[in-house]
Amino acid sequence: MKLIILDDYDKASEWAAKYIRNRILHFNPGPGRFFTLGLPTGGTPLGCYKKLIEYFKKGELSFKYVKTFNMDEYCVFHELVKAEISHLDMNTKDYHSFMWNNFFKHIDIRAENAHILDGNAVDLQAECDAFEEKIKAVGGIELFVGGIGPDGHIAFNEPGSSLASRTRVKTLALDTILANARFFDGDLSKVPTMALTVGVATVMDAKEVMILITGAHKAFALYKAIEEGVNHMWTVSAFQQHPQTLFVCDEDATLELRVKTVKYFKGMMQVHNKLVEPLSPMQEKQRITVEMSEKPYSD
Amino acid sequence: MPSNKSVSDAPITQFINCRILRDHRLQRDDLWVREGKILNPEKLFFDEEGFADLQVDCGDGILAPGFIDVQINGGYGVDFSQAADDISGGMALVAKKILEHGVTSFCPTLVTSPPHIYHKVRATDRVLVSVQVLPQVSVDDGGPGGAGVLGVHLEGPFISREKRGAHPERYLCSLAGGGLKDLLEVYGSLDNVAIVTLAPEIPGSLEVVRQLKERGITVSLGHSVADLSQAEQAVQHGATFITHLFNAMLPFHHRDPGIVGLLTSDQVPENRTIFYGMIADGIHTNPAALRIAHRAHPAGLVLVTDAITAMGLPPGRHTLGQQDIEIEGLHAYVAGTKTLSGSIATMDMCVRHFQQASGCSLEAALEAASLHPAQLLGISHRKGTLNYGTDADFVLLDDELSVRATYIAGHQVWRK
Repeated sequence: MKLIILDDYDKASEWAAKYIRNRILHFNPGPGRFFTLGLPTGGTPLGCYKKLIEYFKKGELSFKYVKTFNMDEYCVFHELVKAEISHLDMNTKDYHSFMWNNFFKHIDIRAENAHILDGNAVDLQAECDAFEEKIKAVGGIELFVGGIGPDGHIAFNEPGSSLASRTRVKTLALDTILANARFFDGDLSKVPTMALTVGVATVMDAKEVMILITGAHKAFALYKAIEEGVNHMWTVSAFQQHPQTLFVCDEDATLELRVKTVKYFKGMMQVHNKLVEPLSPMQEKQRITVEMSEKPYSD
Repeated sequence: MPSNKSVSDAPITQFINCRILRDHRLQRDDLWVREGKILNPEKLFFDEEGFADLQVDCGDGILAPGFIDVQINGGYGVDFSQAADDISGGMALVAKKILEHGVTSFCPTLVTSPPHIYHKVRATDRVLVSVQVLPQVSVDDGGPGGAGVLGVHLEGPFISREKRGAHPERYLCSLAGGGLKDLLEVYGSLDNVAIVTLAPEIPGSLEVVRQLKERGITVSLGHSVADLSQAEQAVQHGATFITHLFNAMLPFHHRDPGIVGLLTSDQVPENRTIFYGMIADGIHTNPAALRIAHRAHPAGLVLVTDAITAMGLPPGRHTLGQQDIEIEGLHAYVAGTKTLSGSIATMDMCVRHFQQASGCSLEAALEAASLHPAQLLGISHRKGTLNYGTDADFVLLDDELSVRATYIAGHQVWRK
């Protein structure tokens, strides 16, 4: 893996956004040749989304030929009376709204290219199976961006989830429900207890995985994920077995790591920063050769 | 073009680079319109996989709901209360001109008049409605021809003699105690009436208030010498508005607040808001009085122009009906005197003056001219906001709240 350590949340968000931008530009998407991107929700990726929107507005990046696949979605309406939660801020109770307000509405992505699991589906497992088929149909995911929970989970693959799992319905852990209660008027009875999520193996299938981790409250999970063994109680640890993984974090997230680990990867930053150097503008990229294909070292 | 999953083939317009007034705040967000209504872009994206056909750049302006003027007696030489043969032409002229002030809906106001004026106007009104002075389907909606007519505001003749103001004394009426029958005798019909202003101390008025409210007509108290308890009784019977607060009523007194006391009365039924009209032209109400009212009851303030025939006319001398008027700046005097003959401020001027005088937020000033009148008339589910599914009547303003363009049903009907 590459462990990218930046000073603070903003710098980490910017690094991650630049990386995504460069990957898309280098891929050179066009009609019939889509860049497939997996996307997360939550507080951590907000800074990264803001930066990506900035690059789009500057004309440096287009999402016209990008297909996105979100990791998860709540199953809300099977369990709750809609009226009970209809007054809540849409951003927080529904990942469709989150993605629309924080990302999709600001960029030029077409709706038919944005895929999010439908927590309202009549047959939930069929919805999950169909999602897997969609990913297969587009030839797999180039870059899957994810976050990590304080309990080390990726998407809603809570502790104990099989590391071989695929997209399915999951019952949420009590920790997650408690953490989410603040978005539902602090009323535990209103918090969704089920969600649809991509499996660990679904994300492992991606060509490249980038995990964003910021904040001291995630530090222990990061330690468990990269310095201890592969363990289904900390599902992000599965990516130790993926050939192309990036962990992008801020200083606070490294607080539980060994000094040796942090020093080693900080020493690599000079090399790693080459990955986010600006590429030439889209219009001129045909004239420039990009050196990203020459990896300075292998994992 | 919307994709094949769309529920409608109608073109979609997206207004970008603007700040919209939504949820009582100015937010940087786009406004989407389809088929004359405000569209929910998130539903469009996920459910219909659609997108905009046309993008309109608003130059970083403010998009606010179109202004609603519930008290306007005429303008540009037109007097709604005069039985002119081209009353429909007159109303259409004013409706068209007030688009320049950001007004997208209004209640043409008739002051105390002899019965034959009402009947004629009523009859003409019915013809008006079906023959379309305003080239839209219903009497409510406006369009490129002018602002929409929400219904008539009948100010008088059931008002107080002492507080009649400029209303002609000989046409004032009392109530014979027959409830709506008395009104119908004078007005001829109550079709297309949105508001009736009356004085609640007139014997028999409480029953009239109750019956008008049952018919869905807004009852307003004004031109009255009622004390607070009489006013409160009228409110309990269904009155919800005060016509031009402070003017044509007893002044506030600390032992008998009169109608003004309704702003802080504890006798108002729960969940009912008392609205009050304010002529915020800096002339009819001292800014300090405006501030007192606003601070006492901000949610009820409704900006009105109470504009008279002389509104919109250039400075100088004009002959209007029987009167000679002299216009100097924002003042309209009876010619040769310093007696005010009425208000000639425009709605956008009132919004600006209200904001400056009260120091309130831009949002509050804009809502006093849009949301509050819509709430008063019980139409806030359709007008007065930029909520999804409401009529796309809105106005583009700059930061000084000057009108740059006016839109009705999503179409630009006036531009600076």
